[in-house]
Amino acid sequence: MKFEGEHLLPGQIGHFFVLLAFVASLVSTIAYFKASKTEDPLQKNSWLRYARGAFFTQVISVFTIFGIIFFICSNHYFEYFYAYKHASKELESKYLLACIWEGQEGSFLLWTIWHSVLGIILIFRSKKWEAPVMTVISFAQVFLALMLLGIYFFGVRVGSNPFVLTRNELEGPIFSQPNYLSFIKDGVGLNVLLRNYWMVIHPPVLFLGFASTIVPLSFAYAGLTTKKFGEWVKPALPWALVSGCVLGVGIMMGGKWAYESLSFGGYWAWDPVENASLVPWLILIAGLHCMAIYNATGNSLKAAFVFIILANAFVLYSTFLTRTGILGDTSVHSFTEAGMAMNILIGLFALAIPIPMFILFFKNYKQMPSVYKEENISSREFWMFIGSLIIFLSALFIIAVTSVPVYNKIFNTNIADPQNREFTYNKVMVLVAVIIGILTAASQYFKYKHTDKKYFLKKIAIPFAVALTITILLAVFYPIEYIKQGAGFLGAIYLAIFAAIFSALANATYIWSVLKGNFKAGGAAIAHTGFALMIVGMLISSGNKKVISDNRKTGLYISFAQDPKGRNSEDPLENLTLIKMVPTRMAEYVVTYTGDSSAIKEKNRSFYKLMVEKKDLSNGKVLENFELTPDVYKMKDNNLSSNPDIKHYLFHDVFTYISSLSDRSSVVDTAQFKLHEIKLGDSIFYSKGYMVLNDILKNPDNKRFHFKPTDTALVADITVFSRDSTSYKAYPVLSINNFEINYKDDTVFAQNLYLKLVGITQQNKFKIAVKESDIPADFLTLKAYVFPYINLVWLGLIIMAAGFIVSIIRRAKVKPLFAAAALIAVTAGLFYMFLLAN
Amino acid sequence: MKTSHIIILVAIAIAIGALLMYSVDFSTYDTIESAKSKQGKYVHLIAKLDKTQPIQYDAIKDPNYLSFYAVDSLGGSAKVIYRNAKPAELEQSERIVLKGKMNGDVFECDNILLKCPSKYKDDKKQLEKTVSKSNP
Repeated sequence: MKFEGEHLLPGQIGHFFVLLAFVASLVSTIAYFKASKTEDPLQKNSWLRYARGAFFTQVISVFTIFGIIFFICSNHYFEYFYAYKHASKELESKYLLACIWEGQEGSFLLWTIWHSVLGIILIFRSKKWEAPVMTVISFAQVFLALMLLGIYFFGVRVGSNPFVLTRNELEGPIFSQPNYLSFIKDGVGLNVLLRNYWMVIHPPVLFLGFASTIVPLSFAYAGLTTKKFGEWVKPALPWALVSGCVLGVGIMMGGKWAYESLSFGGYWAWDPVENASLVPWLILIAGLHCMAIYNATGNSLKAAFVFIILANAFVLYSTFLTRTGILGDTSVHSFTEAGMAMNILIGLFALAIPIPMFILFFKNYKQMPSVYKEENISSREFWMFIGSLIIFLSALFIIAVTSVPVYNKIFNTNIADPQNREFTYNKVMVLVAVIIGILTAASQYFKYKHTDKKYFLKKIAIPFAVALTITILLAVFYPIEYIKQGAGFLGAIYLAIFAAIFSALANATYIWSVLKGNFKAGGAAIAHTGFALMIVGMLISSGNKKVISDNRKTGLYISFAQDPKGRNSEDPLENLTLIKMVPTRMAEYVVTYTGDSSAIKEKNRSFYKLMVEKKDLSNGKVLENFELTPDVYKMKDNNLSSNPDIKHYLFHDVFTYISSLSDRSSVVDTAQFKLHEIKLGDSIFYSKGYMVLNDILKNPDNKRFHFKPTDTALVADITVFSRDSTSYKAYPVLSINNFEINYKDDTVFAQNLYLKLVGITQQNKFKIAVKESDIPADFLTLKAYVFPYINLVWLGLIIMAAGFIVSIIRRAKVKPLFAAAALIAVTAGLFYMFLLAN
Repeated sequence: MKTSHIIILVAIAIAIGALLMYSVDFSTYDTIESAKSKQGKYVHLIAKLDKTQPIQYDAIKDPNYLSFYAVDSLGGSAKVIYRNAKPAELEQSERIVLKGKMNGDVFECDNILLKCPSKYKDDKKQLEKTVSKSNP
């Protein structure tokens, strides 16, 4: 059958380039491998030329594939399954990139693009290491190209091709018609949860972090195959720093995204997906420190090998965890299973690099140089190594608990998450924070090899004393109120806060007292300061995070000795119902839900206006007022996807999101207006009280109404007295415009009362129509938190990133002008993203 | 560093690891029947919403009280109480993971994880349904 309106050419070109990318990366792997094994310079050069050619072909193919997907999605060619699944016409163009890496294929493509970029830099910069280093990277590219291949081998489809056609993938009656495309009005589009600018920026950064872990590993491979076991460390160190910086920032971008636009109620929840990205970072950091130790003293080389291999191995393992659907029951992130063949392919990819690396490592283990002198206990390298080990162990702990679903699959058990997942991790990690805090503070003042005791004590005394004082002051004036887990845990939190402040101070003063203000040499100290500040921010913002939408804190909650619903006193009452136009107390604020409005471009998205006021309770003066507009996507099937709105202050954030909405679509208001004829001053009774007609105003011109004397308008001034002794004002209007009568009802939302001024009778009575609806007024339920000192988390992260960059600049010997520009651009960019934009 | 040191370090690491893992109080996945026999123990239920029974949630009266009935694939049934806001997709969910404790015949739940068809965009059946809706 000939189908109408299809654009098949881009797909055909795409298919060709997918195949080319696969073949080219295979060729470049073999050629680079040959080049790395050949001693003869002439032959080596010819293999190298061959390999480079193949690699560049691969690079061009990968970019072309990306360009074609972009073209297909931006033109809404829904005959392509990828465009149908991920793009849609209503999608704003800024999300076009986001919808490309929403899918499995797109995100693998992103990964292979980063490998290509890193590969090109390495071809130009790694000199004698090029052949072995690029062997590994090309090998990884083979696997990533396989993921996109989508070719049948012996009846099994290997990989998932982004250029398959909708009519081949889906079954449906419309596909039997040649003009089926005219029935597909729109694509499914980007998941509404992901419609956020972080979705545009977070995946590329995170994937660069993931992809870049392969570079230090490739150098390690180069070290192993060339038997120059220690020489790889120096050229690999800047790359490990790049990886640590980018991956760290990428992870926290995810945290910031979760915090400001998803209703998870925070930036970190120890969700398996979050853990899977944190673990490689931790191991990489451990490896980084061992590499630095080796550079300075010749120790810790084997540990450096192990950690660098494992960091990449855990990147691959986390890919396996998050993409095979194995976490389905434990994670809030939704996963899809890509099918058995794809799962096996991902599993193979996760094993294909680490296992040969370890075999190679253990084969050469005996030949590696090691220092036979014991490390001095007063040496920096000793404590740095201990710190790396602690970080590594904490990473193993995290991944061991996270991998529970994997054990279930293998051993057919039914182990589930512990009751309090966060606490399970926190109770261990808080102790890790204490140790790491103290080690990063103290080991700066140790020297390599040996440290004079007097020198050490003199230097460390001041930061120690100041940190202790600050912690005590904090405990007195701003105590941590996290008592849920008992006094022991609270004590551990204080210890961790002390350790982190100590670390921040010791590292910051190190730049002056030891480096004499030489910032260029202070990368590590800057990064440590930032990391420590981040930990302080995390401890305080989580320790003193408060749910302010808790009824018990508003004073509205009446506690019973025995709650009629069997509620325990610890049970959370975290949702607050706000009825439209009824001011409600929420902690020190008064919140009024005033109305909603739809987004202009995005269908199904509504913003809910909340007026928030903070009053001085003694004199009723308004101290501050602001508007919050959390929003909600109403998806088909009445599903909600809630986006928070946050009021940022320098020292704390007020964080709100909508937890449920009144559903009015299915109910029909059956209540009728009832007519009353009354005189001025008379009253009308209704089920919950009565109302009095105070006055009838003619053409009023006041705060509320602006009628001119030439108008014909009557306004009834009514006061409603409800039985709970609150009173409300209502002003229904009757006006005549061009001989046409207009009624403007007034509503007392809190009483569900609709009032209408209908007319005047002969006997000078006024006709007032009253409707009491049994359908509740519009309402929503709100969750609100206060996060104190959250900005410290973001600020710490930015300082840490800046520290990394300073180190990279020094280690990679970047030209000063370029270095300064990069440092300023990245720091300013991060500062804008994390602290100013939103 | 000597080999013996490495072995000692590894041994310590394994010991610490074992201790840590031991300190984690893992829960289990249960059926409604087996959860009923483990009264008061924190478990995970994999179940479905019982659509024949009413869902009770009135945000005006109490936004922190939801109750509904859950059934599992083995035919077990229990009333579920969740003291929090009703997740909007509850009625459309295909599968629910409930975390909490069985208290008599009532499951006191403190966390709900919903698996909804609309989230599974890659689910082909769902996409086929969507695409068929565009049929004239």
